[in-house]
Amino acid sequence: MLQPQDIEAIRALIARAKRWDAFFGVLGIIALMIGVLTFSALFLDMAVRGIPRLDLDFFTNFPSRRAASAGILSAWVGTTLVMVVTACAAVPLGIAAGVYLEEYAPKNWLTDIIEINITNLAGVPSIVYGLLALGLFVYQFGLGQSILSAGLTLALLILPVVIVATRESIRAIPVSVREGSYACGATTWQTVSDHILPYSSAGILTGVIIGMARAIGETAPIITIGALTFIAFLPTAPFAGDPPAGLFDWALAPFTVMPIQMFNWTSRPEAAFLANAAAAGFVLVLMTLAMNGAAIWLRYRLRKNIKW
Amino acid sequence: MSVTVTLPMAPSDNAVSERLRKRATRHVKERIIEAVLLAAALVSVFTTLAIVYILVSESWVFFQHVPLKDFLFDTQWTPLFDDAHYGIMVLLSGTITSSAVALLVAIPLGTIIAIYLSEFAPFKVREIAKPFLELLGGVPTIIYGYFALVFLTPLLQMIYPDLPGFNLLSAGIVMGIMIIPYVASLSEDAMRAVPMALREGSYAMGATRLQTSLRVVVPAATSGIASAYILGISRAVGETMILAVAAGMQPNLTFNPLEPGATITSFIVQVALGDLPHGSIGYQTIFAAGLTLMLMTLAFNLLGYWLRKRYREVY
Repeated sequence: MLQPQDIEAIRALIARAKRWDAFFGVLGIIALMIGVLTFSALFLDMAVRGIPRLDLDFFTNFPSRRAASAGILSAWVGTTLVMVVTACAAVPLGIAAGVYLEEYAPKNWLTDIIEINITNLAGVPSIVYGLLALGLFVYQFGLGQSILSAGLTLALLILPVVIVATRESIRAIPVSVREGSYACGATTWQTVSDHILPYSSAGILTGVIIGMARAIGETAPIITIGALTFIAFLPTAPFAGDPPAGLFDWALAPFTVMPIQMFNWTSRPEAAFLANAAAAGFVLVLMTLAMNGAAIWLRYRLRKNIKW
Repeated sequence: MSVTVTLPMAPSDNAVSERLRKRATRHVKERIIEAVLLAAALVSVFTTLAIVYILVSESWVFFQHVPLKDFLFDTQWTPLFDDAHYGIMVLLSGTITSSAVALLVAIPLGTIIAIYLSEFAPFKVREIAKPFLELLGGVPTIIYGYFALVFLTPLLQMIYPDLPGFNLLSAGIVMGIMIIPYVASLSEDAMRAVPMALREGSYAMGATRLQTSLRVVVPAATSGIASAYILGISRAVGETMILAVAAGMQPNLTFNPLEPGATITSFIVQVALGDLPHGSIGYQTIFAAGLTLMLMTLAFNLLGYWLRKRYREVY
């Protein structure tokens, strides 16, 4: 028989357990708030310091030794061109690799090796890609410290992201779609190009955007290949200049990108340059936030709309 | 009367209309496409091979100048001076100290957030918090470095006035905050994969949510949580820009986070910023440093693989 004092003890035990439960609920909210507060502090700090510097001149001026007249023209042009190269290399390669692994690959040792490799590459520190690019692209292939080297480096870096996203969205397509296609006599490629790729395109796009957002912010590998930090000129446009430049001459031009310009300004002692760094950082954060936000929204839409 | 049955179509090639006829090149084309796709998939293998080849071949030249013993046990790192010393310990101490600070921030907070989101949070909170964490993880690391240098360090100096402007502590804390999303979202995925029946069993015995989380869900998700921690460690060890910006780049054999220090990664950045001729010994040191970094992350990856196998629960 339970004695009254036992019941008291059990009640106390339950009350204690419930107090801990409530305490942890609060702790969880606090932990989340630390993340939220840090992010708000980061964002507001950069906005307060940077926004006074943000005017049209800031986007149309070259970097300068005088902080007040320095701008990010060469940086954002460089970032855009590097991203073009990255996208041209990473998107086709990543999608092709993802399609191969999901739709073609036989279950053998080669497939296993490729899969283990992709998992491992996702964990390699970005600076190691920089060393790879320095040894391989810059010196062995003789591409120099150019937009092409940087773009290819970042493409290798985000390749695992694109491949994983492609595979996940392909895997979400039910087998019956493939069976229907094969039953009509389609070949594997016809199935892939007419059914698998169109149906998975939104998911793949999400992965590509997330990968590109990551590439825009990557600094370490680009510094490692030796990108200059003071560039006061733009790569020559195709067919411009004298003698006229070729269609792809810009790809071999020296360059700077947004995060490197920001790093350059951050590492200067004068406070005026810190304001420039804040402004450049603010632009950079807005760009990555917009891209990540777009990816998240796209995925949300996708989850809501598609019912196989 | 004999009836001659004429088949409507003779079983020959002409039987099928031109448009529907099987093309002779159909198989060849399929094969070519498959080969192209395979080549794309093999790029990842070649990337790994190229990384290993570049790091090992450049380090090989380096280790012909510098004995391995000096590299591992020398207590000075002055590769760019006339009196050159190559003691990787100096850089390792910076890497270990900053990573330790980062993990002290990221692992408790990341785990608490993961448990909260998986077991406590109402649906709405989770729907908002998950994308938010993802956004936090997408902020470029150079931004975090800037934040550590111009925001957190002055803040910490108010509490501890002797703190130098460059220090491993503020870089480490910000690095920890950067890692929280990775740890939290992977651990949360692992916890949500634990079958509902286990929780129901626990609740049926009268356990609270916290008791269920800590004694049922977390142990059942150990392998996934361990992988999340390992990924966090790899991120911390490989992180570059936060340290290059906020921790100073002076090599310093210390395990005190209140001092400035260089890490393996920030040393590589420092050398790359300068103008070292291709093929010089200074140029090769960054590949030796990179090889060390690569071996460390490889060791963590293997550890993670082993933990996953060892503690995996199959439902």
